Amino acid sequence: MSTSLKAVAIASAVTAAVTAQLPTQATAASKEKCYGISLAGENDCAAGPGTTCAGTSVTDYQGNAWTLVDTGTCETIDLPKMADGTPRVGSLEVLSRDLPA
Amino acid sequence: MNRQSAFCVGLLTPQQPAPDGLQNAGGSPSGKRYDVYRNNVTHALISALNTAFPLVHRLIGSERFGRIAPEFVRAHPPSSPVMMFYGAEFPGFLTNYAPLSDIGYLPDAARLDLAMRHAYHAADAPRLDPAQLQAFATDDLMTTRFALAPATHILRSDWPLYDIWRVTFQNDAPKPRPIAQDVLITRPDFDPALHLLPSGGASWLTALAEGNTFAQAHERAIAQHADFDLEATLTLALHTAALTNSTTRT
Repeated sequence: MSTSLKAVAIASAVTAAVTAQLPTQATAASKEKCYGISLAGENDCAAGPGTTCAGTSVTDYQGNAWTLVDTGTCETIDLPKMADGTPRVGSLEVLSRDLPA
Repeated sequence: MNRQSAFCVGLLTPQQPAPDGLQNAGGSPSGKRYDVYRNNVTHALISALNTAFPLVHRLIGSERFGRIAPEFVRAHPPSSPVMMFYGAEFPGFLTNYAPLSDIGYLPDAARLDLAMRHAYHAADAPRLDPAQLQAFATDDLMTTRFALAPATHILRSDWPLYDIWRVTFQNDAPKPRPIAQDVLITRPDFDPALHLLPSGGASWLTALAEGNTFAQAHERAIAQHADFDLEATLTLALHTAALTNSTTRT
């Protein structure tokens, strides 16, 4: 095959591959990590040894434990108020509240 | 030998007596306490190995894994306090482990477990957008270099590695076929995912990873696998975020 014929073959394969992607784009980034919402022992993770891992949180709503939630819902999840009456909300960043002693 | 190394030397050597001069509060020798400590160290490493190699563990079962693990952790203690990559020598250890040499695919299974873990801990990278790829003029595309995401791993196996993984972890998966399978590990979001590579796909991705242009990688893949299917491989690579949006032209 000549170089230009090859290029045409490659280009058509690229177009086909790109076209095949279209229906799946909506699934990208549909989940995000939400900190401070997991009940004790129910946090997500799959990190292997030596890391804080799935099911290792010891406090309800522990600030450094996370659960995967639908994108955009993290900060609106209903949580009970803190002991001092301030509202408790989930966060996309690690929180310093509700850490185990 | 200083005190610390005298203390350490027996931790992974059960035959070794407790270090000299080790006493409890009453001044009597505390060999039993040292044994407890020694047991905790060994046990912690074994459970780390257990968590680290889920596929190997499932394939050979708890009993046999429990027999290998103490041998391995004593021969290969961690070289770093960071445990997340512990067990790099495990595939090689399994290759030379005579009692399990009849399970030829076990070292590849261990490589897969390791690669999944490395993919989990790899840096994030923005994925290659299909639109970005489509925007290239054909001639430009041929001379462009693409980069694999840090989480992307390619494993070539002489065994049906993908089928073995699937039959181990998925319900109702078909029996492994007697073929060689190359696999691709990527991390599109938070967790690594395993995919079966089409024929020649491993050659193509490896060529890209080594810095070849799109055209050169295609040449290489065709030369090594006459039935290389660019469309199928590229579809998979785009879908799984195997490539990043970072491209360079020559």
